Amino acid sequence: MKKKTRSFFNWILLAGSTIIVCLFLGIILFDIFSKGLSSITWNFISALPSDGMTKGGIFPAIIGTILLTFITTLFAVPFGVACAVYLNEYARPSVLTNIIRASIRNLAGIPSIIYGLFGLALFVQAFKLGTSVLSAGLTLGLLSLPYIITTTEEALKRIPNSMREATLALGATQFETIKDVVLPKALPGILTGVILTLSRAAGETAPILFTGVAFYINGLSTSINQEFMALPYHLYMLSTQHQSIEQVRPLAYGTASVLILLVFMFNIIAFYIRFKHRSQD
Amino acid sequence: MDEIKLSAHALNLYFGNKKILKNINIDFPKNQVTSLIGPSGCGKSTLLRSFNRMHDLSPDARIEGTLKLDELDIYDQKNSVTEIRKRIGMVFQKPNPLPKTIYENLSYALNIHKFPKNEIPQLVESALKESYLWEEVKDELKKPAVKLSGGQQQRLCIARTVVLRPEVILMDEPCSALDPISSHKIEELIMILKKNYTIVIVTHNMQQAQRISDKVGFMYLGELVEFDTADNIFKNPANELTKNYVGGHFG
Ligand SMILES: Nc1ncnc2c1ncn2[C@@H]1O[C@H](COP(=O)(O)OP(=O)(O)OP(=O)(O)O)[C@@H](O)[C@H]1O
Ligand SMILES: [Mg+2]
Repeated sequence: MKKKTRSFFNWILLAGSTIIVCLFLGIILFDIFSKGLSSITWNFISALPSDGMTKGGIFPAIIGTILLTFITTLFAVPFGVACAVYLNEYARPSVLTNIIRASIRNLAGIPSIIYGLFGLALFVQAFKLGTSVLSAGLTLGLLSLPYIITTTEEALKRIPNSMREATLALGATQFETIKDVVLPKALPGILTGVILTLSRAAGETAPILFTGVAFYINGLSTSINQEFMALPYHLYMLSTQHQSIEQVRPLAYGTASVLILLVFMFNIIAFYIRFKHRSQD
Repeated sequence: MDEIKLSAHALNLYFGNKKILKNINIDFPKNQVTSLIGPSGCGKSTLLRSFNRMHDLSPDARIEGTLKLDELDIYDQKNSVTEIRKRIGMVFQKPNPLPKTIYENLSYALNIHKFPKNEIPQLVESALKESYLWEEVKDELKKPAVKLSGGQQQRLCIARTVVLRPEVILMDEPCSALDPISSHKIEELIMILKKNYTIVIVTHNMQQAQRISDKVGFMYLGELVEFDTADNIFKNPANELTKNYVGGHFG
């Protein structure tokens, strides 16, 4: 009986925590969507801002964020996955690899504003890429790398050695084994890490602040060496820097809703790929 | 005198400082089934895996001695390990089909070894027939291999090995994860395969070893205690340890 009560209390504790977390999430989403969804019209999504950003839409910011995330992905995913494959599949365990791993974990803990400063020094100035969506994307890529490496390595670790031995025993090289068995098997896990990381990166403000994001751009910039608008910064600006904050509040909530919906979309795509992959093997 | 297909001479194997295999000398006769028996942890799998160089991946494994496939020195750095593994196939304890379709499980090895594309379907079919799996799967070759039953998966793993026409097949407790009917099927398969292949099998099942083996090696604590015909090992063992083990007194 005593054991039963104990496990009942444990259950209450766990279920309670889950409910509280979900409740907060629900409140946040409800608050934002209830104030924001009404300002999302076709015009809001597809038009340029106008009249000192009190009217019009956020099209350039949406495009900017998508382009930015695209550059981040292109940079961080191949390097991150390659690095994890090296650490987990090729490098023999040693003090050195442990130091590398510890450094990567530490990098994940550095505040994002510091990445911003570093990106400014490295990409904008040293590499002479200027304040541009390219510099900002690369900076966000640096920020994302430690997470992608760590989650990919975890996914690779979960693949049992018997899978690797299957192809090796057939005379496959290590590279073929990784390419044909290990990576496809680990893909769902890798993808989860990648999407979570990119969703976070898409919402970052600090790292792009010094490296390329702009307050307002007259027209649409689609070139990777120009400054750009981005949703999180636009939101920040509408809610703190605008001269008539009260007036643009609905627009700020609308922007927040669009950002959240965009991130949801990333996640749905990832879910779909995972689902398709699972039904295959 | 039997023709020798695979042999180890003065083989010592260490994991770190621990000596796991101690001065093993063994000759596996061609086109026969040789069983390795012995209590858990005595080094049967370790010995088996030395022949297709599966220890290459363990950083702390170290090997001394000479292992030969015919006249080929298996550990000579001049010889490509992938070529050796093509000639010495391996079937594992737990069925480990590739995360691909049934057909791709067999065509995979043919593709990486650059068999002519137009011959592959025929080779796949004959390997499946040889492994007595064809009738069961011929209509669902595009099905993911993991959807097969455990016994079918293990026969698929054998087919996947056979498709390359290896000379030797190493099997590490291929029936231990299977039900009696499936393991019986695998046994029958082994009896048929031995006409064309040299088979080395690790087993804990004494009845099985007795049924299928031509020769038997008994290992104990990293040493090959006795190596003889199946009849002698089971009916008339020379060593006291062997006698106790096959009599079921320990292990
Ligand atoms: N990678 C490894 N690193 C260190 N020690 C190992 C490694 N693999 C095996 N060993 C050790 O080598 C010894 C022999 O192991 P092995 O797997 O060959 O035994 P086995 O005879 O196949 O046993 P079983 O019948 O249980 O499969 C064991 O003591 C084991 O702990
Ligand atoms: Mg074993």
